[in-house]
Amino acid sequence: MKALKKTGLVFFPAFDWAIDPTHPEREERLLYTQDQVFEEGLLDIDGIIEYKPGMITDHEVGRTHFCLTKPKHVMTESHYISAGGAKTIARAFMEKEIDNGFALVRPPGHHAMRMVHGGRGFCNVNNEAIMIEILRSEYGVKRIAIVDTDCHHGDGTQDIFWHDPDVLFISLHQDGRTLYPGSGFTNEFGGPNAAGYTINIPLPPGTSEEGYLYTIQNCVLPILEDFKPEIIVNSAGQDNHYSDPITNMNFSAQGYAKLTTMLKPDIAVLEGGYSIEGALPYVNAGIILSMAGLDYSKVTEPGYDPERIKEDLRTLDAIKKTCDQVLQIWDMRDELKIKAYGEKPFYERSRSITYDTDGIWERQSEILRSCEECGGTFKIRSSSDRDYSMAGIHIPVGACDKCKEIGYSWYDAENGDGHNIVCLQDRPKDEFHKKKGNKK
Amino acid sequence: MIIGLDIGGTHADAVLIDKDRILKQVKIPTDHSDLFSTVLEGLSKLTEGINTSEISRAVLSTTLTTNAIAEKKTDNAGMIIAAGPGLDPELFRMSKNYFIVEGALDHRGREIKKIDKNQVLAAAKKMKEKGVQHVGIVTKFSTRNPEHEKEIAALIAKDFDAVFMGHNVSGNLNFPRRIATTYLNASVYPVHKAFFEAVIKSLDEKGLKFPIHLLKADGGTMLFEASINQPAQTIQSGPAASVMGALASAPKDKDIIVLDIGGTTTDIAILISGVPVLEPAGIKIGAYKTLIRSLKTKSIGMGGDSFVRVEDGEVKIGPERKGPAMAFGGSSPTPTDALFVLGLASDGDKTAAEKGISEIAEKTDRTLIEAADEIFRSTCRQIIECADEMIDEINSRPVYTIHDFIESYQINPGLIMVMGGPASLFAPMLEEMSGIETVAVPSWGVASALGAGLSRPTCEVTFFADTERGIAIAPEENFSMEVKHNFVKTDAYSKACELLKKKAALHGGLMEDSQIETLEDLSFNMIRGYRSSGKNIRIRVQIKPGLMPGFESIAQS
Repeated sequence: MKALKKTGLVFFPAFDWAIDPTHPEREERLLYTQDQVFEEGLLDIDGIIEYKPGMITDHEVGRTHFCLTKPKHVMTESHYISAGGAKTIARAFMEKEIDNGFALVRPPGHHAMRMVHGGRGFCNVNNEAIMIEILRSEYGVKRIAIVDTDCHHGDGTQDIFWHDPDVLFISLHQDGRTLYPGSGFTNEFGGPNAAGYTINIPLPPGTSEEGYLYTIQNCVLPILEDFKPEIIVNSAGQDNHYSDPITNMNFSAQGYAKLTTMLKPDIAVLEGGYSIEGALPYVNAGIILSMAGLDYSKVTEPGYDPERIKEDLRTLDAIKKTCDQVLQIWDMRDELKIKAYGEKPFYERSRSITYDTDGIWERQSEILRSCEECGGTFKIRSSSDRDYSMAGIHIPVGACDKCKEIGYSWYDAENGDGHNIVCLQDRPKDEFHKKKGNKK
Repeated sequence: MIIGLDIGGTHADAVLIDKDRILKQVKIPTDHSDLFSTVLEGLSKLTEGINTSEISRAVLSTTLTTNAIAEKKTDNAGMIIAAGPGLDPELFRMSKNYFIVEGALDHRGREIKKIDKNQVLAAAKKMKEKGVQHVGIVTKFSTRNPEHEKEIAALIAKDFDAVFMGHNVSGNLNFPRRIATTYLNASVYPVHKAFFEAVIKSLDEKGLKFPIHLLKADGGTMLFEASINQPAQTIQSGPAASVMGALASAPKDKDIIVLDIGGTTTDIAILISGVPVLEPAGIKIGAYKTLIRSLKTKSIGMGGDSFVRVEDGEVKIGPERKGPAMAFGGSSPTPTDALFVLGLASDGDKTAAEKGISEIAEKTDRTLIEAADEIFRSTCRQIIECADEMIDEINSRPVYTIHDFIESYQINPGLIMVMGGPASLFAPMLEEMSGIETVAVPSWGVASALGAGLSRPTCEVTFFADTERGIAIAPEENFSMEVKHNFVKTDAYSKACELLKKKAALHGGLMEDSQIETLEDLSFNMIRGYRSSGKNIRIRVQIKPGLMPGFESIAQS
């Protein structure tokens, strides 16, 4: 048997890592997926190539995250290997060894934001974001689209690319009023310099195949067509499944496989999915076959009955309305900035962020330079109830001269008042600078 | 005393070994149309004038089943398959008599769908009508629950000569490979059985009474009698024989590349601290990917007799062989001829060799010596490159735990051991090019026969427990037991070791110093609704492949 598309796989189930023994994100999570993948003989198919994951370096983490107070404090070995798995697939794709690839790794990453004090939503560092910075730094890729199909809003990925007009982030998820992390509404459409390039599509509980695939077909694909990304990344969370214990959606293995066929991601990275027996083995097998261009019509969960999980008309109606609204926002994206943010040389915001996994409460204030030419330099001051504090300055990829200058002037002027540490991410030079603050 | 007999492509070598020396060795031409008489002739010549009561065992490495498959002289075995959800089982069809029936299990061995008995009976009827006598039965996830395979077997066993079930083949998961392996067992069974019976009968008639073992592809041996139910295990034991022959004299403190340089091909294998590297899933034979345990070997179409010619102004070597070197009466130049020109070989017709190489020299505008040098260097370079690729491949094998990721051993070869016809002539150049110390295997002429003779019996047991379902099974052993919630990994481990010892005895004796090696040792808490509902335990143990104890000094002689 030969795959129509050369598909790379990294399979890292981390059988010896868990948040804690009874946590949904535990050793057992990918066990049955591995059983199914091995038993189906998927890794023997000509054209499906299994890679050993690499390990991410602190430098690669540092392009994406400000870690308090350094990567080793917030990452375990498993995090280094999980993100490393995404890196391995990205490199194989860029080196044209494969036509597309799927990193089935754990722990997941899409709730990890730019500033990292610890674990949020089972995530510490953002696997896709770290991978994307590798694609930009090592391969010069400019326009990237991320489609996050995890049932939870990809708030971490959204945060990291919030000010970045070159990275289109689309998240489909169960309505934030009914599920963690409680965000991801259509009015969250990106920061002032990148208004419109964050797209949230909240779906009502109970959404099944028809509604989900309608959204892909009528909302996601047209936007991708407009944006014309060089690479499409799928944050392939699998917890929209009807058997998932911590969500309320009705998606199926067939649905996920069809979604993959429609989306044609270049790189997929596993996110959540906690129905470890009823869903993951079948969903993952379906996605792998779909990526390889093989027949997945017989991949179904035991007892799968499409009629029983079908959404009702009201649900479908709500989905269609949301899609229309999202398309409108997309079409108006050029006018959005002024309408939503006005015209100012600098924008400030402050917010608090909860780390549910590690029980940390963070307070942030941010200042961003308004910029027409690039994503804009910004500075985040962050502190938490764990007593760590940082001032992080970020000069974006492709920054204009003025933004570069401002980044360094902020860094020089920052005397570390009240912070443990002051960091500068200089993405154009791919350099980091760090100095101690005066806080003990 | 031990007998080792290795049937190669052109010759069969047999040795009679005492504790510290080779007592006798014979070489006879291989008769591919009648391997039985080749084996018998080898054994007869070797035992002439010997007190055979002192022979403790004879180990054969035969190409019988491999040939039967290559020449498609296999029985047209039938297959009955139950798959359930997943890939379409039609994709794995390998016989005209391939029947798919309803019935399915999930990854924990729970029944999703019952076997459709009527479909089974209808399939059996059709196969009988077509004269099928041997049938393989495979269901998906049968290693987690063999009941469906047993149920099908019970329905049809009386109608056929032999029935082979997938769960007996291997404890490893891989449905397509399980189908292929079961099919191979069913289809080589008649050839293997006839051979077995003929050998036993002839030896009886000659009054030769010693246990006969067969060498397996993993470098271990199994008793002839035990092989009847798993004939495919003896497939491709040739490369295993040579690797085990090299192992006999290999230092234990190095990673070693073993090169068996033949006329047509060079076989490459890797030893890590005296243990050969195995193929992770199983051996590939022709078009069949199987679950048969095997040493990892890689073959490159590059040997002493490879066909050398000039194409587009460049010297090309191999992969085909057009006959022997011109120095030995062949008609086309070969790397061996280059050795004659370079003055490295002298036991043939140097003038003929020079004639062949001079053609190459003229076409590439070089002197005779330059052309010979390039041919020789290029041959060695390609062999080394192929070995390097193989090491890279092994070093980049996937890992599934943090522990394995951190600990994963990186092979760093410190020695090359060469064997085969031109081995000693190639060694200095291989050493120069690779920068790795290169030695010829002592007594390389009979190393394969020696390797076969010295290989110890090996076997493997896979043990699986699911305390929520209250079951534990060792699929290959037809073993199952009920377990309670307090059954833990250490219980599973001791049960697996007990089964392994029992199996080892059946396979040809458990050596006193046999080391039990743990290949897999995992236990998962199964959590349902934030509460522990049981444990999922996976244990795999093996008798480590290696050489018979007490014969250590022999290989150095």
